[in-house]
Amino acid sequence: MFSGDLTLLIFLPAAGALLVLALPRRATGALFKVAFLFAALTFLWALKILWKFEPGLATIQLVDRARWIPAYGIDYFVAVDGINLFLVLLTAFLVPLAILASWTIAERVKEFLFFMLVLETGMIGTLVALDLFLFYVFWELMLIPMYFIIGMWGGPRRVYAAVKFVLYTMSGSLLMLVAIIYLAVRHAELTQSLSFDLFRIQALSLPFEEQLWLFAAFALSFAIKVPLFPLHTWLPDAHVEAPTAGSVILAGVLLKMGTYGLLRFAIPLFPEVTLALKPALIALAVVGVVYGALVAMMQADLKRLVAYSSVSHLGLVVLGLFALNQDGIQGALYQMLNHGLSTGALFLLVGMIYERTHTRMIADYGGLWKPLPVFSACFLVITFSSVALPGLNGFVGEFLILLGAFRAVPFWTALAATGVILGPVYMLWMYRRVFFGPQGRSAGHALADLNRREIAILAPIIALVFFLGIYPDPLLRRMRPAVDAVVQQIEGKRPPALFDSDQARESAR
Amino acid sequence: MEVNLTPLLPAAEVALAALVVLIADLFLRDDEKGLLAVVSVAGLAIAAALAGSLWDSQEAAFGDTMLGDNFSLFFTLLLIAAAALAVFSSAHYLSETNMPPGEYHALILFSTAGMILMASANDLILFFLGLETMSIAVYILTGLRREQPQSSEAAMKYFMVGAFATGFLLYGIALIYGATGATHLARIGYWIIQSAGKPDWLFTAGALFLVIGLAFKVAAVPFHFWAPDVYEGAPTSVTAFMAVAVKAAAFAGWARIVVHQLAPLSPQWDWLFWLLAIMTMTLGNLLAIAQSSVKRMLAYSSVAHAGYLLIAIVAGNEFGGGALLFYLLAYSAMSFGAFAVLLALKNGRGDNEEYRHFAGLGFSRPFLAMSMAVFMLSLAGFPPLGGFTGKFYLFRAAVLAGYTDLAIIGVLNSLLSLAYYLRVIVMMYMDEGGVEAKTAARAPYLYAAVAVSLVATFYLGILPGDALELSRRAFASLR
Repeated sequence: MFSGDLTLLIFLPAAGALLVLALPRRATGALFKVAFLFAALTFLWALKILWKFEPGLATIQLVDRARWIPAYGIDYFVAVDGINLFLVLLTAFLVPLAILASWTIAERVKEFLFFMLVLETGMIGTLVALDLFLFYVFWELMLIPMYFIIGMWGGPRRVYAAVKFVLYTMSGSLLMLVAIIYLAVRHAELTQSLSFDLFRIQALSLPFEEQLWLFAAFALSFAIKVPLFPLHTWLPDAHVEAPTAGSVILAGVLLKMGTYGLLRFAIPLFPEVTLALKPALIALAVVGVVYGALVAMMQADLKRLVAYSSVSHLGLVVLGLFALNQDGIQGALYQMLNHGLSTGALFLLVGMIYERTHTRMIADYGGLWKPLPVFSACFLVITFSSVALPGLNGFVGEFLILLGAFRAVPFWTALAATGVILGPVYMLWMYRRVFFGPQGRSAGHALADLNRREIAILAPIIALVFFLGIYPDPLLRRMRPAVDAVVQQIEGKRPPALFDSDQARESAR
Repeated sequence: MEVNLTPLLPAAEVALAALVVLIADLFLRDDEKGLLAVVSVAGLAIAAALAGSLWDSQEAAFGDTMLGDNFSLFFTLLLIAAAALAVFSSAHYLSETNMPPGEYHALILFSTAGMILMASANDLILFFLGLETMSIAVYILTGLRREQPQSSEAAMKYFMVGAFATGFLLYGIALIYGATGATHLARIGYWIIQSAGKPDWLFTAGALFLVIGLAFKVAAVPFHFWAPDVYEGAPTSVTAFMAVAVKAAAFAGWARIVVHQLAPLSPQWDWLFWLLAIMTMTLGNLLAIAQSSVKRMLAYSSVAHAGYLLIAIVAGNEFGGGALLFYLLAYSAMSFGAFAVLLALKNGRGDNEEYRHFAGLGFSRPFLAMSMAVFMLSLAGFPPLGGFTGKFYLFRAAVLAGYTDLAIIGVLNSLLSLAYYLRVIVMMYMDEGGVEAKTAARAPYLYAAVAVSLVATFYLGILPGDALELSRRAFASLR
């Protein structure tokens, strides 16, 4: 099976990266245009994949599969289904915008664009890979470009932040590598065939004890990426130091890799352990929701505030995932997209104002509404999207998550809802301090409102924010079959005793 | 008695080339010495062709004491490639450091001949012969920068420690001969099986001494202490050759003797190698972090990599052997490449082997820095590079053999190693004001050597299938 659609999607940015490498260093304008062209083409191609995608099917589609390392049963195996389709689209959507937002970078443009495009290949590859070895290769491939992007174009403490980012992420993923090897070896023992195919390994039934360790290795790697409380400490540093485009991609896509990994790998591979550890993971997620919100409230730096709000939002996503029912998981998937859009846009907006004032301290601002009306309006829409105002995208996701989670774990959901209430508190408070009141210290700069390039970056995001808020059905319809399949698989693994007691409690209520 | 010398051909050809170099050196004027490199490479190329033509022939010479099996040929080709790269990368370095080119090339070739013998030997005496041929040549190579005290010191140190190690090895061989009445590996293996896996103390002591001798040669902890000083003091092109070829030849000995012929002993002494592997990896990595010189860091990193390779020794069996051979391929490419970049930093004013000399290299010499970054990432085990694939097979072999603990300790060590490999990248790309490196025009062969290593590193990472199959079949050809 090899239709080539997805393969082209993965390697189109890489081809662009090679082309960028071949162009002369001085021609920065041409470099930007080529990189943007390739990123835009990738997005158009992703739209074509959306077009070709059959909505009603639970199975994987547009499969590309070829033997890669036959001696070890390793395949090049990529496909899309309802779970990864929209994340792929989100990635392809954000990268051109991030490149557009980086147009002001003056130094080492060539390297920057090269790493951005390689990163896109890594991200799309990670999302569509269904062979565990291939997945790991792409997973690690994402790390290096981001390391360079933070380390070369970041703020004053960029080296520290970049190294911390790599060490944190690697410590999780290396253990996952051992777990992948172990799974493949066990698969070979039990079935006498060599394979790293996710679905074939999923069909194994290993003893609970073994599953527990394997789940721990996978979940650690993903939890660091999410980041789940208490593994989040790398995130604020990385975000604060990263350049705007780096923050956008980091928040918009890379963090989703953690939640995507949980849903795609950790949960279906080890359903029994997932059920057993569900309470602990939900507790961590909810602590993250509330803690992230409280810490965000106290931040003086805009980027740090947005970074901590990510911890809070992604905690909610994890809560939705581990509700392990249709609404919860669908809501989580939807919220991943929302968070990618709204947080990505927030970082873009912060980057835009930073370029004008060279400060990110909230205290330095104030009264921006007057000199910057368009900017303020855009910021307001995104703020509302982030705090889940009904009618905007965030609301759909949060509502579904809370709906699903309440049925599974009412107590924890009630706690998480307080975090959801804290969201508007810190976001709107920040908005008031930055945009209203007397003009702050930053007023000394001659502030120009958004230029055409910046409006072109924000307009598509804002359009999507409204679209996803008003008409979520086209997305949910495509996600549902795949989500249902996951839910059914988990239900099938639920031990009878546990099932009964849950039932009893349900009916008693 | 039938005499069949065909397996000897590659080694003999390399030795012959060495003799030609020595004689030609007498007749060439100083400005014509560049020809010596051409002669060396031509000799190596012919040897490689001979080795290639023997593939799958399974010949044996000298009463079965020297084998031309695929295992020997695999190493023969690897060692010839390493020697050729050493010749290529040193053209400029030799003229800058006033090392005598005649001796340099002849010694590289002689030591290569010795290494080929080590890899082909099926008899402990012949193995020892090869080891000594290699070692004596490398001792001299180490001290070839006569104006530099560090170089002489390194040579002295290497010689003393080497002699000590040889003593162990030889004593081990003697004890084994005393116990079994044989030096031929197949007969020793037969004797072990006859003794039903319970050899007497004489044999055990002999085997232990043998292993200690081998551990010295691969710089396994606690027999590693000579390596950093020797690697640092030796001329950099020699260090590259040592780190790659000497290590490969010694591991050929490990693979044939310990993993294959003495396999029946593995239940009894696997714990020892287990410990050796963990100590070597961990200590190598920890000490590498503390270095301020990149050359010394690479020396400790090569100790750490010997530790990873020892994982394959513990895992044993066909998978371990295949993984060992594959990892040696990948390690050779990336490690040699890193040393070659180091060579390019040498200029009239100094050797420039500290971290600070790498500052800003990413912008003054983009190709060199990019290559160095790739080698560092590969050494650290990032996909899709050879170092990752190699580690993946090593760890897989360990898990297959039931040593999941070793795989976990191995990956944690990879994490540790990131600390110093990334530091090189940080210096190159996130700092400024280092040293001006040689331009490609001034050292074309050196750049070619870097490019070859770079291509090999990528190739082994992205399309490892063929090399992997080759490694597996090479190990499976042992008998």
